[in-house]
Order: sequence, then C-alpha cells, then structure tokens
Amino acid sequence: MKIHEYQAKEILKSYGVPVPRGRVAETPEEAGRIAKEMGTETIVVKAQIHAGGRGKGGGVQVVHSAHQAQNAAKKILGTTLVTHQTGPAGRIVRKALIEEGVEIEEELYLGMVVDRSEACPVIMASREGGVEIEKVAAESPEKIIKEWISPVTGLRPFHPNKIGFGLGLDLGQVGKMRGILSGLYRAFIGKDCLLAEINPLVLTKGGDLIALDAKMNFDDNGLFRHKEIAALRDLNEEDPLEIEASKYNLNYIKLNGNVGCMVNGAGLAMATMDIIKVAGADPANFLDVGGGATAEMVKNGFEILMTDKDVKVVLINIFGGILRCDTLAEGVTEAVSEVKVKVPVVVRLEGTNVEEGRRILNESGLNFIVAQGMKEAAEKVVEALKRQ
Amino acid sequence: MSILVDEKTRVVVQGITGNEGMFHARQMVKYGTKVVAGVTPGKGGQDIDEVPVFNSVTEAVTNTGANASAIFVPPAFAADAILEAADSGISLIVCLTEGIPTLEMVIVRAYLKEKGINLIGPNTPGIISPGKCKIGVMAGYIHQPGTIGIISRSGTLTYEVVDQLTKRGLGQSTAVGIGGDQIIGLNFVDLLALFEKDAGTEAVIMIGEIGGTAEEEAARFIEEHVHKPVLAFIAGLTAPPGRRMGHAGAIISGGKGTAKEKMEALEKASVKVVRNPALVGEEMEGILKSRSAHRA
Repeated sequence: MKIHEYQAKEILKSYGVPVPRGRVAETPEEAGRIAKEMGTETIVVKAQIHAGGRGKGGGVQVVHSAHQAQNAAKKILGTTLVTHQTGPAGRIVRKALIEEGVEIEEELYLGMVVDRSEACPVIMASREGGVEIEKVAAESPEKIIKEWISPVTGLRPFHPNKIGFGLGLDLGQVGKMRGILSGLYRAFIGKDCLLAEINPLVLTKGGDLIALDAKMNFDDNGLFRHKEIAALRDLNEEDPLEIEASKYNLNYIKLNGNVGCMVNGAGLAMATMDIIKVAGADPANFLDVGGGATAEMVKNGFEILMTDKDVKVVLINIFGGILRCDTLAEGVTEAVSEVKVKVPVVVRLEGTNVEEGRRILNESGLNFIVAQGMKEAAEKVVEALKRQ
Repeated sequence: MSILVDEKTRVVVQGITGNEGMFHARQMVKYGTKVVAGVTPGKGGQDIDEVPVFNSVTEAVTNTGANASAIFVPPAFAADAILEAADSGISLIVCLTEGIPTLEMVIVRAYLKEKGINLIGPNTPGIISPGKCKIGVMAGYIHQPGTIGIISRSGTLTYEVVDQLTKRGLGQSTAVGIGGDQIIGLNFVDLLALFEKDAGTEAVIMIGEIGGTAEEEAARFIEEHVHKPVLAFIAGLTAPPGRRMGHAGAIISGGKGTAKEKMEALEKASVKVVRNPALVGEEMEGILKSRSAHRA
C-alpha cells in the first residue's frame, strides 16, 4: 500500500527524523493560512499524489509570501498532474503540502527496502540524491553504499558509521545521520514497510540533515497489525474498478486490451494474459478469482468485467483440480444469466467431472464457446473478436 | 526416485482442526501420504479420523516420529508455526499459508538457516512425489509417477503444466511449488541442485514469473552446475510494471524483475524457454525424444 508524502513525513517525524515544518491543505485559502502562520521567507507548495516526478510535472512551486502560496495552491489543487509515473491519464491533485523552504547545500539519497535474495532489509545511501536511485544504480552503481541489516543484530551503531563515513560526511554530520537512520529503521520495521525512501535527504547551508521528500510503501500482508496505517489508504488514488474488485476479495488490475479474463490463480492468470497476446489479441485485465474459484467468486468476477466497456470477449480459464467442474459450470451459467453478459464467453474448464461441466455449458442455451486446453481457448477468443 | 518427500515421509499437519487443515489432511491421507499427527494448541487428545491431535509439534514428533510438517495456520500465526516446527526437529516444513508479513519471514529465514532446516513456501500449493507422498493442496490425480522434476512459483499454472505432461504420458519425479511470496524458503537454485543429483529425474521444468531475481540466479547456477535439460516458462510478459500481480512477490519494481530479462538470462544459460504456456508439455516431449535419439 502506498501513502502520500505528507503522511510519510508525519510517520518519520514521529520516529525522530527531521522534516521541514509544514501542513497539508485541501483549499487555496487553507494553503494561504498555513503559509501565513509559518511566517517563513520561502514557502514550498507540493502536490500530493501517489506518484513521483511531481516537480517536473509542475506540481511543486516555490513562493515567497502567503498570498503567492494561496495562488500556487489554486493552480495546483484540482488539476490533473501528469508525470512519468502516473501514465498519460494523470492524477487529480486533491491535497497540497505547504512547507517551509530549506536552503539546500547538497542533496543525498537514503532508502531502505527488503532484499529478496538476501532475505533481509537493506539500507542504501548515496551522495547522488534528488534523482531516481534506479538511474544512479544503472549508471554509477559504485556511488551507492549498501548495508544489509541482519534480523539477528538489527541496526547497530556501526551501520550508520559505515554509511556516514562511507558517504564522506564529517563527524558531526555522521552523528546526525545516526539519528536519521535509527528513525528510518525503526519506522520501517515498526510499520511493516517494503520501502522507505528519503530522496532527497538534504544537507542544509546551516549544516543540518533534513528529509525534504519521503516515500513509504507498506506490506499489504502486514496491514492487519497496523490499523493506523491501513486507515491512510486513499481510494482517490486507485482505479474505481480495482476498488470494487477488492471489496469482493478479487485481485483485479485494469489493462489496455479488450479480452476480459477471469482465471483462478495468479500465475495461471498471468500466463492466460500472455497466451492471449501470443494468439494476437490483448488482455483487458488481470483477474485472479483465487485458487479455489467458487461460483460466488465467478459471479463477482463477471460483475467487475461487465463494468469495463472495453471488454469485447470474455475468456474464463479455470483449472479446478480438486474443484468439481460440474458445480463450477453451473455457477458460471448462473452468473452469465444473472449479470446479463452480452459478449461472447469462451470457457476453458479443467478438473474433476470436466465432461459433465462442458455438457452443462453446451446445453445452457447461453452464448458459450467451450474450449479444450489453453491454446484452443486463446484461438477461439481471437476468432470471436474477428467476428465482431 | 524423487526429492525431499517419498514413502518414508511422516507428516504432521499444523492447524489440522481448522476447515482447510482438516479437508486437506483427509485429501493427503486419501492420496497415500503418511499423515501421522495433527497439532492444534488446546485440542491435544482428540482424533481427526484416525490421526491423533497434539498440543505442540514437539509432542507430535516425540509420539509419532513425524519428520515433515504441513502448515495450514492463519497468516497472523503462521510464522510462529514455522518457527515451532523448526524448533521441534522437523526436517522439512511446507507452509501453505498465504499472507504472512514479509518482515516475519525475514526472521523465519534467519532461524531456519541457523538450524539447517528446509522450508517450502509460504504461499505454495505444496510438494508432491507422485504415487509416494503429497504434502499440499494440489489435485493428486492429475499427476503420474515419472522422471520430470518441476519447480514453480505458481499453483494452478503448475497444475496446467503437470496436466499437459501427464496427458502425454510424461510422469513427474517430484513437483515443488516454491511459493509466490517475496521471501520464501527453498528457491530454484536449491531445488535444481537436488534434481541434478536425483537419479530418478531426467529433466527439469522451471515455472517462473515476474518479480525478484530468482530466475536470473537459477540461470547462473544452471550454467555452472546443471547438466540435465531444463525447460522454463516465465509468466507475466504482458504484466504492467509497478503492479503486484496477485502474488505478493510478482511485481516489476524499478524496471527490474521483468519476464523478458529472466527469459534472456535463462536462454543464455542454454535453457529452453517456452513462450506459449500451452506448449510446455509438447516442448518437453521434444527434448526427451531428441535426447533418447541421441543416446541410441
């Protein structure tokens, strides 16, 4: 799960990481008031959306009075911001962070993720801050310091020492780095993060280190033990169909094609998308109704698929295994008549009682195209598309 | 022959009194797996069919000689269940649970490494040596004893591949679902090493997917250490970046972990990469035929 910059900063601040003074505003008037109260010479107005690249997209403005801050917020709030991470559709800006300006001497990078291969968190630091770390990693990997943190030791004082001196910071700065790393680490572990990033971590003209931007992604599997984090979910940042699907516990992701897919199991669902592509068509979505695919889930799946106007053909690919195909076929038949599916539906079922399942589909009087095997299913999808 | 599980495997089912645990314990017994014990704290002394239930894994091991564990415990308690099994002298742990917090698995992995204990999963359909032992939720009947080893990050996609093989008369030595999470126990490399040594395995199929670098690591290992033919399918060629595709571990992040990169790495290591998931069985048959023609 993702959260906004201002929320990430609040969390990091509560763990002792220095962040600029600031508050979030939802209207230009509120922005003006906040700026006035802060009373600083320089004020930064930052659009809050779940995507990077906001500065380049015009979502970050530096101003010098409360009045200007209000005007900047007026420009930013309500607009659709397009960045390289939002896709061409962009995101509507609903909140802006009003912050005191900071005099920047240098921009550093500090981040922490879970390293899958090493099976432990890794802290990454670099003097090349302010740009995407992937870019630094690709172009000059030697400029990134990595410290893997064993769960046996946790973060120890030697880690920030290695990182701080490794970056070439002076003794006083290393001391400040120790506090920041300790906060970052405790927030990461304490809130079940998968990623926590301070980019840039700014070295100010006054010699302080301060988190100018912050990003945190949380482990969905850990949310059950952090209700306060789960509450930060912003539905405005998600696709409405995906929100609807998540209410039914369905894994749904909208894509650009016109073949609606319904599959049991994530791997098979991806493979089904791939075979549709191989056959010469494009999947409209990823939809995993769960390995155990019940008739109920299939019905819910249809509800979602039929809301997507791009869908011209539906492909159901279910490898039941232990599941009985006759029961499943009855469920599919019921769902198609209840949800009033108007497009052709190609069905591929496999599992116990598969013959009986196919008979039920064939004799249902509904618009089913029954296929045997994935290859035939994909080919029949393409044929059905061509007929339209 | 087979790897990790066979006729001698004695299974304790953790969470046997829950719906899932009970259903699949019965399915495993029906398949012929030696399910010797169940564990649910507080329910010791009961029986599920003929299987005695204990309060702890240690009790189960002491009383029944269980040497493998199948975990059907809800996500909030599953990491603890794995640690308990490891603490009790179980040598192979299969964790079916989906949804364990990643940072819990960080701790679990460190402990298992210290103890030298094998974990399959979590978030796996399990492991099966056809005709000998099944620990998991897969349908037994689609499998057939034979000489193909399977290693997969997926569940139903593995059934799909097994089904293609069985329909062509190609049986399996052992099929292992390694799990769809970010941090898992045994990985492609560990299992490739076991299959390479197993006299009963003639060739290996790897079913990978987007996310992480496990397939790339496997490619490097194959280049140096694997002489048996390996065939691979990687799911997610059409998956968009930055999105989690159902499995917690299936995500392209920072431009890394794409299906294309994985396919290229594997092809460089002389692995036959199949791009059409419907053709895995057919391609495997081709590989085996050309090998036997070569020998004759």
